[in-house]
Amino acid sequence: MSVATGGVEALQEAVRQGPLVLPHGAGTKPALSTPPDGVIALDVSGLTGITEYDPAELTFTALAGTPVAQVSAALEEHGQYLPIDAPFAAAGATLGGVVAAGTSGPNAFRHGGVRDFLVGVRFIDGTGKLITGGGKVVKNAAGFDLPKLMIGSAGRLGVLVQLSFKVFPRPEATMTVSVDLGSLEAALDVLATLGRGPIDLDAADLEPPGRLWLRLGGAREILADRVARLEALLVTPGERIEDDAEFWRDAAELAWVPPDSRLVKVGLTARHAAGLESVLARVGAQARYSLGANVAWVAWPGDRPLDDLDAGLRGLEIAGMVLTGPPDRILIGSSGGGAFATRVRAAIDPHSRFLEV
Amino acid sequence: MPVAQLLESLRTVVEPARLLTQKAQITPFESDALTAFRVRPEAVVLAESQEEVIETVRLCHREKVPFVARGSGTSLSGGSLPVEGGIVIALNRLNRVLHLDPDRRIAVVEPGVINNHVTKAAAQHGLFYAPDPSSQSVCSIGGNLAFNSGGAHCLKHGMTSNHVLGLKVVLPDGEVVTLGGESTEPVGPDWAGMFCGSEGLFGIALEVTLRLMPEAEATHTVLAGYESTQTAGDAVAQIVASGLLPVAMEIMDALAIEAAEASVKPNYPKGVPALLIVELEGERDVVDADAARLREVIEASGARDVSVTERAQDRALIWKGRKSAFSAVGWLAPDYIVQDGVVPRTRLGEALGEIDRMSTEAGIRVANVFHAGDGNLHPLILFDGREDEALHKAETLAGEILRLCVRLGGSITGEHGVGVEKRSYLPIMFAEDDMALMLRLRAAVDPEELANRGKMLEPSWSPEPRVGDEAAGPGTSPSAVPPAGAAV
Repeated sequence: MSVATGGVEALQEAVRQGPLVLPHGAGTKPALSTPPDGVIALDVSGLTGITEYDPAELTFTALAGTPVAQVSAALEEHGQYLPIDAPFAAAGATLGGVVAAGTSGPNAFRHGGVRDFLVGVRFIDGTGKLITGGGKVVKNAAGFDLPKLMIGSAGRLGVLVQLSFKVFPRPEATMTVSVDLGSLEAALDVLATLGRGPIDLDAADLEPPGRLWLRLGGAREILADRVARLEALLVTPGERIEDDAEFWRDAAELAWVPPDSRLVKVGLTARHAAGLESVLARVGAQARYSLGANVAWVAWPGDRPLDDLDAGLRGLEIAGMVLTGPPDRILIGSSGGGAFATRVRAAIDPHSRFLEV
Repeated sequence: MPVAQLLESLRTVVEPARLLTQKAQITPFESDALTAFRVRPEAVVLAESQEEVIETVRLCHREKVPFVARGSGTSLSGGSLPVEGGIVIALNRLNRVLHLDPDRRIAVVEPGVINNHVTKAAAQHGLFYAPDPSSQSVCSIGGNLAFNSGGAHCLKHGMTSNHVLGLKVVLPDGEVVTLGGESTEPVGPDWAGMFCGSEGLFGIALEVTLRLMPEAEATHTVLAGYESTQTAGDAVAQIVASGLLPVAMEIMDALAIEAAEASVKPNYPKGVPALLIVELEGERDVVDADAARLREVIEASGARDVSVTERAQDRALIWKGRKSAFSAVGWLAPDYIVQDGVVPRTRLGEALGEIDRMSTEAGIRVANVFHAGDGNLHPLILFDGREDEALHKAETLAGEILRLCVRLGGSITGEHGVGVEKRSYLPIMFAEDDMALMLRLRAAVDPEELANRGKMLEPSWSPEPRVGDEAAGPGTSPSAVPPAGAAV
């Protein structure tokens, strides 16, 4: 394994030379970014910096190796934030890594995840060409939506160089309510009810079997009244966490995941949760559900074969991406794409410079 | 003759009454809402099931006959313009909401479902489908998906692609694939997102899984008059700077207001040179608090004739006026071109000033209606197609406006798509390598360019589908009144 560093042109040259390359940022999701034998690591961590940010524009552009934390600090100075709440930001996750992994944290519940905020990309395709897709404005229907293609591409459809995002005004204050409903079913029922309004939650996480963590954000002077209203809707008494920043930072860092297990992001809906729980129970694996049970973060025991989880996800017709552990396989379960994926891949990487997704 | 063979085979797929080949039957399909373009297809298949669509695509592939999928035909960029020597696959009859799950907030629909029928189906659960193109009472989900349609409420809710979670599609060779799923979080490359906005070049969507949103508890709509579109644009910047996140911010200029008043009488403030519409929605308490802040900002922004409403019927009228602005412009001039450029929001004032200057210089009236919160401009270029060179001059001005948008760092289309109308402008926005990759993607998915040939990308080996020679003649010039409801 050798590492190619330097500027964009050096990266382009490395892709042209091959034989196989894999981009690498801060390495917070090592299953995606650790190069297997014979694969050249492309170190993009040197591509840092916010290149454009005008708060009145509610957008910014930054190089792909820019740490999310650096962006968050710059946005916060102007009362703004990137609502995707990227996991592992505190551990150094870069914008490029977040897009490539397609990971959205708990506070993406309110306004949406990576696919809802990424508006433009610049990346190196498999022929070494520097490609621009999307734009820097929030609304744009010109050309194929290449930014979407880069989300979750795991460095296997292009080397991300620069990214443009839209941002939103940051909630002035936040507060969290935690409530234990006793069972998965009861907790999912409450999530479904809350999902139909009227209260706009910033985050809605579930810790099995039945504990919910619900966060509200917005203007300080009305926050306590809104929290009281939420508590009344919940019926079951909960606890308030008034100073909730640390709790949600830990949630976004997935701090609960045991060090010897492999973290897998599973996309699902509430109807799959019970099925997933029984797959996990067989090996004593744990999961937490986030984004109103649209994603499950699974901690799969490191000594258990991933094949078992793969089979379980296939049975439920859902997919997972393995984020930590050795770089042996990344997509498990039923991932779609079929012939469309194969053909798009052939166009973007005709000489097979990138690894299989 | 491949078409003759295709038609013979199609007779075994659809009953004769749904395979249209007579001129009188086909004429309504020659054009969409971009009426300057007109091409007669060889036949129209009125499909009633997914299987019929799949089988028709397979036969087209076998006979190498190009096909165009069509929903309600409301495209403003010529997205569903037929291809010469090809057929049209009409999807209006695939109009079932297959599944609606209020707990998971998703709806699975067929492509011919009308946009606001999704909301009608979801309303009983307190949910709605967010993207709201002005043509939402007639346009179909399939078309919305293909052109990544927007609407007035994208500022907060995003575009169509943000609301499409999963797809079942038939690729141009008849192969059927599943992209995405039911979760708001895709795993692996966002294939469904990539398919959205591909303007029919990657095939036809057969089933679409849509994200539904909870209806807001309260909605607060403010109308404010300004001395000019620039000062209204400045107010938008001040609202953004205040930290508020309205769900919509729209500006109309005097001509557009006049047109709206002449047609649907939305009772906008009288005699104002520019009108700003700002809408807040959310929880009751939040909207009340935000409304108070919004009032302060608007008062300080030099507004006059400010009015506020929270009544549903007033709101409906305000939006009816706004959404009918395109067709209403038909009251002001016999013909017009609708443009759809985007500029960075902070450069709105500059863009409007430039458009005004270009309009004066060309001696062509331009009405402006735009999604100010998104920087999405809709200049309506007015002309009279009976006058010599009028269409050509209007098209030249439209082109200059698109170049201006790109120069200012924006886009040639915010929500109408490239279609046939703007495909020659795509290369001013994207470099040669970007264009080359788009062509490679198209070629990999559809090497024979059978699916919606000539849209977005120049056809590489077919004749120009545009019947340009006839465009200036009577009856085929851009119509003053597009099909009902056709608009942004």
